[in-house]
Amino acid sequence: MTPDTEQHWARTKSLMLLMMGLWAFFSFFIHMFVVQLNAIKIAGFPLGFYMASQGSITIFVIMLFWFAKAQDKIDREFGVAEDD
Amino acid sequence: MANASADKGSFLNNLGRIYALYTGGFFGFIFLVGILEQLGVGQKYLGYMFMGLTILVYAFIGVVSRTSDVGEYYVAGRTVPAFYNGMATGADWMSAASFIGMAGTLFLLGYDGLAFILGWTGGYVLVAVLIAPFLRKFGAYTVPDFLAARYGGNAARLCGVLVLLACSFTYVVAQIFGTGLIAQRFLDMNFELACFIGLLGILVCSMLGGMKAVTWTQVAQYIVLIVAYLIPVVWMSAKKFGIPIPQLTYGQALQQIATLEQEFVQKGLATATAPTHTAPFTRYSPANYFWLIFCLMVGTASLPHVLMRYFTTPSVREARQSVAWSLLFIFILYFTAPAYAAFSKLEVYSTLIGKNVADLPMWVFNWGKLGLITICGKAAASAADVVAACKALPGHGGLLRLQDFVINTDVVVISTPEIAGLPYVITGLVAAGGLAAALSTADGLLLALANALSHDIYYKMINPNAPTKQRLVISRALLVVVAVLAAWTASTRPTDIVAMVAWAFSLAAGGLFPALVLGVWWKRTTKQGAIAGILAGFFVTLFYLVITRYWPHIGVQYFGMVSNLNPITGAPLISPEAMKAALSNPALLDGPVLASHPLQSRVGWFNINNISSGAFGLPVGFLVMYVVSLMTPAPSAELQRFIDEVRKPRGKTLMEEKSGTVASH
Repeated sequence: MTPDTEQHWARTKSLMLLMMGLWAFFSFFIHMFVVQLNAIKIAGFPLGFYMASQGSITIFVIMLFWFAKAQDKIDREFGVAEDD
Repeated sequence: MANASADKGSFLNNLGRIYALYTGGFFGFIFLVGILEQLGVGQKYLGYMFMGLTILVYAFIGVVSRTSDVGEYYVAGRTVPAFYNGMATGADWMSAASFIGMAGTLFLLGYDGLAFILGWTGGYVLVAVLIAPFLRKFGAYTVPDFLAARYGGNAARLCGVLVLLACSFTYVVAQIFGTGLIAQRFLDMNFELACFIGLLGILVCSMLGGMKAVTWTQVAQYIVLIVAYLIPVVWMSAKKFGIPIPQLTYGQALQQIATLEQEFVQKGLATATAPTHTAPFTRYSPANYFWLIFCLMVGTASLPHVLMRYFTTPSVREARQSVAWSLLFIFILYFTAPAYAAFSKLEVYSTLIGKNVADLPMWVFNWGKLGLITICGKAAASAADVVAACKALPGHGGLLRLQDFVINTDVVVISTPEIAGLPYVITGLVAAGGLAAALSTADGLLLALANALSHDIYYKMINPNAPTKQRLVISRALLVVVAVLAAWTASTRPTDIVAMVAWAFSLAAGGLFPALVLGVWWKRTTKQGAIAGILAGFFVTLFYLVITRYWPHIGVQYFGMVSNLNPITGAPLISPEAMKAALSNPALLDGPVLASHPLQSRVGWFNINNISSGAFGLPVGFLVMYVVSLMTPAPSAELQRFIDEVRKPRGKTLMEEKSGTVASH
């Protein structure tokens, strides 16, 4: 493995870990507090219910568009991206 | 051939215009049918128009996209732009269960139903980050292709095919079952016949053009299904709250539901313990809720018919973007489903509950006749039946109580436009949307199944020298065989089929996820480790599913299973006495138990429901793969280089294919 490849993979891995952290947070962690969050109401929505019905999935969508950009940036930086 | 590729170029260059025109045409058509309805054309004919026209369009696309090129047949020539592949994946992904069942599940389960919203979306994060781009770089035609290359040969391939067949077949049967139900209700067709008509609808899309045809049909189907889903909710939102953005206004609907829920209890129309819509953990214990989300997510990331969609993009970069687009297109429906459920519930609560059982509206009996709405414990076939059934209940005051009314989850979406008093054209539109959802998913699944048989089993294992033309003939023949088999199974009305779809996620998760993820992310994973892990994960999941569903008494007697717990009170679902009675009943010892059996799906280990069996299979799969890999010699230097290549987007695909066209000259 050339140093460049190694670094590329290290950066890719940290991005992966970051994404997995966010994923676990919005898939599981936040919903563990649904009862407490439900006490807060915004526009009629109990917040805990809202996070499970709309909040988390909105964040997933944003995360994925951001990820596609971020990984592409890493690929380009190490010269392993595909030609445009 | 030169001509054909020029055509292809111009088709791909004009995708935006073509599909915009198509969408406009579809809106025009809806408008036209609306006018016909006002002119007094019968409902049945409106139904035929919706079904007939949409299916004709799909068939047209299927025929125009026919191909004799292996690359086009298996991966649409890897020319599908990220945006359109996202749409196609959306249709591929959203099945009859999402379109018809989701809002109904939320209606019924309230907060706990949101596990499906989370589980069926969050999995795409795993797809994008851990799996899809790497499979695209490898250049697979099928998921088992990757397993074979990474884990040295056909043993791993065969394991992959085994899992694929197990999780895709039940899934496709459920889709055909769904098309049968819709055709039966809206076209007044005999159910068995409807299943085979649905089958034709699926075959015309996929048989001639393989993945290429399925892709462009799925894009068209996505447009139909999303329009059909959004129009009624937007309409209801505007009608009730004056703002056509249901995702904003349903907060008010939730508030009104909460107020009504309290009123019902005060007036004695509901029991004080009736769970409220937004209260968590009334159906699933917290552990079951989170395990269900987890299994659905990991299952999403392992289902072959989803993963194979990302083999069709022009580049690894676009594969990643395409996952984001897919989730966006799926999000549009899932983001709306909770609103659908809330509006529907509000409508039922405010127009039915507390009314005199003698004068219920007509739509109740339309569905009651089919056994899909029950009141006071009996199918609500007519006003007289309802009154009689409620009179028979001791202490019933003649007003409809919350606990008297039971609606089948599959009816909620289809009946809501009617309940809310929207014109019939909307109901017909929703039916066409449900059909599009079921057909598009069935297309993807059938292709995944037939490709595994023709490419992995026939070409790679039985006859590696088969000429291209013969491979395509075999592919198409197998497609028809699998499709007929699935339609036949669906026509026997297997009652468990809907439950089995949820099983597919756990089976895929337990069987494929560890091998796919570790194959890319852990170089030390060996062939032996992978094979052992796939089999262990798959069979542990299957064991838990089958034992808890069909042989719960065996599970209790020999495998230490105990009764699951009531999520609210924490008491066992089956009391010790009831357990003893069930176990001493000799009728139990004759083979698998029926769905009505007191123990079925209600026993297990650690209070885990069988819908989340992946909770056992997945950790076991990972563990076995890890331990066995460490016990066996590390993969060769050549294979390590192969993994390095898979990790880098630049460069050619690794699986080279003689992608010659047949009979092109």
